Amino acid sequence: MSISKKLVDDLVANDVSFITTVPCKQLAGVIDEVEARSEIFHIPANKEDEGMGLCAGAYMGGKRSAIIMQNTAIGVTINTLATLIQFYRMPLPMLISYRGELREPVACQVEMALHTKALLAQMHIPTYHFHGESDAAEFDAILKYTFMCNKPVAILTDASFWGGYGDQ
Amino acid sequence: MIRSEILRDIAPIIRDHLVVCNIGLPSQELHAIDDQPTNFYMLGTMGLASSIGLGLALVQPKTVISIDGDGSVLTNLGTLPTIANNVADNFILLIIDNGSYGSTGDQPTYAGKKTSLAAVAQACGCDNVVEVQDKDLGPALQTAIDSRQMTVIVCKCDSGNIKLPVITMDPVVIRDRFMKAVAR
Ligand SMILES: [Mg+2]
Repeated sequence: MSISKKLVDDLVANDVSFITTVPCKQLAGVIDEVEARSEIFHIPANKEDEGMGLCAGAYMGGKRSAIIMQNTAIGVTINTLATLIQFYRMPLPMLISYRGELREPVACQVEMALHTKALLAQMHIPTYHFHGESDAAEFDAILKYTFMCNKPVAILTDASFWGGYGDQ
Repeated sequence: MIRSEILRDIAPIIRDHLVVCNIGLPSQELHAIDDQPTNFYMLGTMGLASSIGLGLALVQPKTVISIDGDGSVLTNLGTLPTIANNVADNFILLIIDNGSYGSTGDQPTYAGKKTSLAAVAQACGCDNVVEVQDKDLGPALQTAIDSRQMTVIVCKCDSGNIKLPVITMDPVVIRDRFMKAVAR
C-alpha cells in the first residue's frame, strides 16, 4: 500500500471529511489521494491561514477537518494558530511536509527548517516527526490524540519519509 | 450611515441566521446591538471571517452570513477565488465597505480609493455580486438570503465608530454556544 493511501485511509477512518491543502512537491501524492476520495471534501486554499479559517468553520459545522501544507506555512500561520485555533480550542491535524531536511536540494528551504521545531515548541503544539516509512504507523493514534485534546497537532514529514527526491 | 447604524438596521434580518462577525468593532457592535447564540464573534485573526463562514456553509445546510470589512477582505484577498470556486448557495459574504480600517482609527484603505471590491469579487469568479448603498442594504440582504444563491454584497457606507466595551465572553464559550446553535 502506498504511504499516501495509508495516511488518507487513517484520516477517513477518523472521520476527517474536510481537508484544505496548499501544495508542496513532496505532498503531491497525498493531495491526489485526498482529491480522489469521495468521503472527503477537498478545498485547496491560496494561503495557509485562509485554510485554517476554512477548517475552523467546517469544525464548527460539525465536521472534522485537517490541513495539509508545507513547513514554511508555520511562518504564515502563527497568529491564526494562536488567536483562532488555540484561543477557541479547536482540533486541527496539520500534515506538514518538512522541507529543508536531509536530501533537500533547495538551500532556501533550510532556513525555515531551522525554525520549524522551535516555533512549534514555542507555540506548545504537539509535534511528531515522520522520518522513516514505518513512522506512519502512529498516524492513526496521533489523529485520535488530536481530537481527544482539541488542539492543533503537527506531523512533520521529511524527504526521507517520502523516499527522497528521486534523482538527487 | 456608519457601520453600527447598518448593523442595527439589519439585526432583525440576520438574527435567525448563522453569523460570523469580523474582529474588532464589528463584533463589539453586533454583540451590543443583538447578541445571539447564532453569532460567532471573532476576537482576533483579522481577515478570516469569510473563510470561517465559507467552511461552515460548505458542511451544513443553514444560511451563513459572514460580516466582513473592506480592510479585512483586503488582508485576505485570496478568499475571493476560493469562495468563487467552491460555491455554497447558503453563504452570503457581506462586506461593509467604509473605506477605512475602522477598529484601528479609521486609516484609509485602498477600497476607499481606486480599488473596487465588487469588481475584484467579479474578476475572481463570484457569480452574484451586488454593490449597494448603506440605506439599501436591508432589502438586498433579504433578497440574497431568499435567493439561496451564494452572494457577495459590498455595502458602501461612511466611516465612523461608536465607543463600546470589548467582548469579555470567553472564546471557548462563544464557540461552544455557536456550535450548539449550528447543531440545533
Ligand atoms: Mg472598513
